[in-house]
Amino acid sequence: MIEFDVRTLDTGVGVVTPRGRLNMVAARQFKTILGDLVTEGTHRIVVDLAETDFIDSSGLGALIGGVKQTRQQGGDLRIARPTESVMGVLELTNLARVLRPRDAVDTAFDD
Amino acid sequence: MSRRLLLIRVIVVVTALTGLNYITWRWLFSINFDAWYIAFPLILAETYSLIDSLLFGFGIWRLKERPAPPPPPDGLSVDVLITTYNEPVDLVMNTALAAKAIRYPHQTWILDDGNRPEMRAAAEEHGIGWISRSEEWAGMPRHAKAGNLNNALVQTDGEFILILDADQVPTPEMLDATLGYFDDPEMGLVQTPQFFVNVPENDPLGSQAPLFYGPIQQSKDGWNSAFFCGSNAVIRREALVQIGVSRYAGEISLRVWQTLYYATGVLKKARKQVPAEETGTREALLEVEALVERARQELTDGEALFDVTYRFQRSVDAVRRRMVDADLSSLQADLAEIAALGAAEGDQDFSLDDNQEALARLAAREWSPMGAIDSVTALVDAVDVDRGGEAQAIMPMATISVTEDMATCMRMHGLGWKSAYHDTPLAFGLAPEDLKTMLTQRLRWAQGTMQVMFRENPLSQKRLSWPQRLMYFSTMWSYLSGFAALAFLAAPVLFLVFGVLPVQALSSDFFVRLIPFLVINQLLFIVVSDGRPTWRGMQYSLALFPTWIRAFTSAFGNVFMGRSLDFAVTPKEKQEPTGPAYHLIKPQLFAIAALLVAVVVGTVRMIVGDAEVLPTLFNFVWVGLDLALISVIVQAARYRGFEPGSATSLPATAQAALRNREEAS
Repeated sequence: MIEFDVRTLDTGVGVVTPRGRLNMVAARQFKTILGDLVTEGTHRIVVDLAETDFIDSSGLGALIGGVKQTRQQGGDLRIARPTESVMGVLELTNLARVLRPRDAVDTAFDD
Repeated sequence: MSRRLLLIRVIVVVTALTGLNYITWRWLFSINFDAWYIAFPLILAETYSLIDSLLFGFGIWRLKERPAPPPPPDGLSVDVLITTYNEPVDLVMNTALAAKAIRYPHQTWILDDGNRPEMRAAAEEHGIGWISRSEEWAGMPRHAKAGNLNNALVQTDGEFILILDADQVPTPEMLDATLGYFDDPEMGLVQTPQFFVNVPENDPLGSQAPLFYGPIQQSKDGWNSAFFCGSNAVIRREALVQIGVSRYAGEISLRVWQTLYYATGVLKKARKQVPAEETGTREALLEVEALVERARQELTDGEALFDVTYRFQRSVDAVRRRMVDADLSSLQADLAEIAALGAAEGDQDFSLDDNQEALARLAAREWSPMGAIDSVTALVDAVDVDRGGEAQAIMPMATISVTEDMATCMRMHGLGWKSAYHDTPLAFGLAPEDLKTMLTQRLRWAQGTMQVMFRENPLSQKRLSWPQRLMYFSTMWSYLSGFAALAFLAAPVLFLVFGVLPVQALSSDFFVRLIPFLVINQLLFIVVSDGRPTWRGMQYSLALFPTWIRAFTSAFGNVFMGRSLDFAVTPKEKQEPTGPAYHLIKPQLFAIAALLVAVVVGTVRMIVGDAEVLPTLFNFVWVGLDLALISVIVQAARYRGFEPGSATSLPATAQAALRNREEAS
């Protein structure tokens, strides 16, 4: 149903790639993965949304929860390459204005 | 009453009496229990045949030879629908142009299930409508020809519908000759014969069905159950739509009931899988459980299905909405905390309170968090009045069988509509010209009939009258003949080779009861058929026993065990002749060999005094009859296709139908 790829860039940035539908059931796992990364000391995280077909309000909640956690540790969570479907939800909810999508994973933390 | 009908009735009574006399004696006094392994199969086969004969007699009792109907009034609106899947474009156009030339004003449509651009272009060039499946069918069950027709019924609007297979070339008077029957406002369907132009006089493949398109349909007509045969029929749209709507209402309410019945269990299970700390989700599922309870109670109290499902859906919407609200308010709290941490980017005006569109969309069925629990989504969807798993909610043509015609017609009769059989051919078509295609076609018909027997057995259709139930059942019954054939083939072989006699003695008691029945039964056939050839039909009834048995077993596996039917569309194209197709008739060849060996062994046994003369001679006659019947299959295997030269002075329409044959080859 959904898979999560987790890797770390040379710059120390954690990259999480959800493949599939980021819905309520998946959101539980997603929160745990983000939480673990932060606990292990990765405070800068990029969520690569290029393979996320769908996101619901629970998924959005998990993303913003991730932003909160990383910022509390002085880091940040950024999103990259959202699919059309996900971008639609971000725009619809005005969240795109607070959580600006980046065009690429590698350069997500360049600014 | 005509003298012919009076004569028929007298013979029917005598047939029934002699038959019942014989079979009663057989059951009570003649069974050889020592040879039970053939005695019981044989007496069951004989009983089967007698019931077949009684059903035939019951039908023929009301044989209805209709006078021509009055000419139709002007101004009826008619759609002529030509169904095609993969037949050559030229063949379909030949038929379509003949359809366009039908005199009574109408609109002609090609229902192109192959969705072919060249078919469309050809149709449009001649001002003929072209219809292919609408977008709703993407990813849905297609239901073959029934689906093709259902799709077209939504896109057309004529009061009457003439259905033609792609190879059935209509005569110009087809509508003028049939629409008059619909002066009776309860008339739902008029079936005309299927007649094939590419069949020689001796009809080696038994393609023409002179007994069916004649006395049998006229029998059924007498009991208001003339069958719909899939093509060459005119149907009142209102009757079809009524079938669709009533099926829809019945199926929907059944589904909602079933769903509500098991819903509580599904919800409890889903709730257990939610982690304890997700109190919001658990509460939401509890609320849905309560809604299910309420809906069930409301339905039990007799409230209308649509009202109950509407309230249920709106209430579930509210639960979904609260789940989204909860997600979003915690999200908003997070955002506030992030803002407090400073260093946030962009606007901080995230708020959905005034964004109703966003809220509604996030709470919609497929977007809401509840959608993540698949079992719950399926359940909630099922308590609604659209047909999620089908392309169209309303399916007038029955989809329970590979032969949609019989099931559709039975439902139509169940709703109180009348049908009529018009005994003059008004369209000319093509029959298979090789054994393989013919076997595929017969198998398909038999399978379809067996599917209906298993899924909607006519005997238990409360809305049909008892005669109507029997008329449908008798057709199904006749397809069970394959099992009886085994006994009729095996019994004489067992006697001649091993001396096993299934009856206690071939005494005068036996002959005095059997012979009158056989003679009078044949007489009935002769009178009823009135010069129409019936021998081919009798031959194939026995000779295709492997096909009938396979139809029964495969349909049984399909209906009760969900197995595939190995369904094949009957090809209209001529197959290349590849020499006699003996490999297709191995069981029959084996039976013929066994019968011949039995004659040789029986002769020897009689000569050396091992077997009595009279029983041996009787079994020789029996074998002779078996061989005369079954040998037709050898002739069929050797048949090389139709030679057009042998057709004599055909009417123009038939010649057009023959041209179709050339397009196909």
